[in-house]
Amino acid sequence: MLSFILRRLVIAIPTIILISVFVFTLQKLLPGDPVLAMAGEERDPQVLEFLREKYRLNDPIPVQYFTWIGNALTGDLGISLRTNQPVLELIGQKLPVTIQLATMAMIFAMVIGIPAGIFSAVKKGTVTDYVANVVALSGLSIPNFWLGIMLILLVSVKWKLLPASGYVPLSEDPIRSITVMLMPAFVLGTALAATLMRHTRSAMLSVMSSDYVRTARAKGLVERKVILKHAFRNALTPIVTLTALLFGELIAGAVLTEQIFTIPGFGKLVVDAVFNRDYAVVQGIVLVTAVGFIFMNLLADVAYVLLNPRLRKQ
Amino acid sequence: MAQPATPITIDAESAADPVLSARPENRVWKKFRNHRSAMLGGVLVVSFCAIALLAPILPIPDPFATDWGAVRKAPSAAHWLGTDELGRDVLSRLIWGAQASLLAGVVSVAIALGLGVPLGIIAGYFGGWTDAVISRCTEALLAAPFLILAIALAAFLGPSLTNAMIAIGISATPVFIRLTRGQVLSVAAEDYVESARAIGLSTPRILRRYIFPNVLPPVLVQATLTVATAIIAEASLSFLGLGQQPPSPSWGSMLNTAKNFLNQAPWMALWPGIAIFMVVLGFNLLGDGLRDALDPREH
Repeated sequence: MLSFILRRLVIAIPTIILISVFVFTLQKLLPGDPVLAMAGEERDPQVLEFLREKYRLNDPIPVQYFTWIGNALTGDLGISLRTNQPVLELIGQKLPVTIQLATMAMIFAMVIGIPAGIFSAVKKGTVTDYVANVVALSGLSIPNFWLGIMLILLVSVKWKLLPASGYVPLSEDPIRSITVMLMPAFVLGTALAATLMRHTRSAMLSVMSSDYVRTARAKGLVERKVILKHAFRNALTPIVTLTALLFGELIAGAVLTEQIFTIPGFGKLVVDAVFNRDYAVVQGIVLVTAVGFIFMNLLADVAYVLLNPRLRKQ
Repeated sequence: MAQPATPITIDAESAADPVLSARPENRVWKKFRNHRSAMLGGVLVVSFCAIALLAPILPIPDPFATDWGAVRKAPSAAHWLGTDELGRDVLSRLIWGAQASLLAGVVSVAIALGLGVPLGIIAGYFGGWTDAVISRCTEALLAAPFLILAIALAAFLGPSLTNAMIAIGISATPVFIRLTRGQVLSVAAEDYVESARAIGLSTPRILRRYIFPNVLPPVLVQATLTVATAIIAEASLSFLGLGQQPPSPSWGSMLNTAKNFLNQAPWMALWPGIAIFMVVLGFNLLGDGLRDALDPREH
């Protein structure tokens, strides 16, 4: 297993290098002189030259890249133009908020999507299956920011059941923290529940036509046991893999959800950075998200091997 | 001793079955036509396209005309879907906004197809270093989540509908490269491609005559589904202020404004969302139906 993980890590290295080149190139494609943006109103040539020297902008572009990536490897992703804070520190402050939101959304998605998928597969071809499919496709087609707005209108403005916005740290007041996050997590988890439902249904259908399920039925096992113990357990492998992969997508999906519910997380940081032309933060976020995504891919691969005894033996 | 060849027999039932005996194109069309949800998707998509195209000749008010005497008016006979914060007719802006959303969906996917399919064909057919370089770049782009990449690109390019379409198109390209490459790898190993090479056909001719037509069906399905994703992405970027700029109407920017008036004018938020939902559902149903119709296992 260790050699498998190491091999996957080695394969990930060129991808990470290419991402870093891409992120660095983004900044270089920007129109205008970055020093003028940094200097603000200051137009003294000496100050501009000092800034160029300070940020090594007079160096050839490949040298600039190696300086930047060297710094990034030591955790220095630059300084935010707006808050003057190190980019990594900013990301470190906001990420736990988004991870809490994404985890709650994932729980929602799993609780709704997996049972719905099993039920739909078991009832294949019936009205229940058809309705479940239509609901799942609708879940995939609803823009989550609109769903958020509509829920705020109904649940918060009209019925006054849940707060429309805000954030309470989990460490401060766990109950209130979870209550405040309920609606955003539901909004973020909707599309994911639909995806999980469709994949669970498909995995269950392929497993349920296999010989061992037929054998289990022939032995006279009760249907519930056949479905849960024999079929679902074997259909679980692709579902777990998908769940790990989708967690990365959730972090990205949080951008709009956090914007609507005014949650001070990773997604809101992206939008604020974009509007403040804080490019060091945008670069840092793309780089960190991509590396995180690769890590989630690795976890998905490891989970796939761990859950599949045949692959484990290889 | 050589085994006698198994005789190929066509049973009477198969021969009589019009679906099995028809030409592949007819069979696919027939399956697609019988796919009720796909037809519903098709109707939704065609209706929205017709509305968007007919916007200039429909008897609706000017989508830019403000009316300070009719600010945030609820739906009525004069304004079927109500008015917005500047007294503009919501229905009119919704109809004109369909142009922006559908255009963004189609143009973004055209960009992704234009870049992704040729690169995928080159990677899959030529292999070696070309394939290695293209595949690694594709993996790198796939590692960045779609929306984050689109937001970052739109931010760096500047806020406008054109730049949003470019950003979405570039972000969607890796999926098409990977899909096309995979298809080319399987098609290029087929006997008929080997035969084409053996009789000395030129590489561009093999690519045009044998590879491209066989790669097309799954790409077409993916393109239909990606239009749905691109429409949501455009609406998301416009919602964030990175897409269509005011006062030009787009469903995403209408929602962005509407969120500030939820209590006073909820209709401002209701209709653009329903429009996005319906058109995206249409493309998703159409894509699912196309996939089922083109899947040989479903025959």
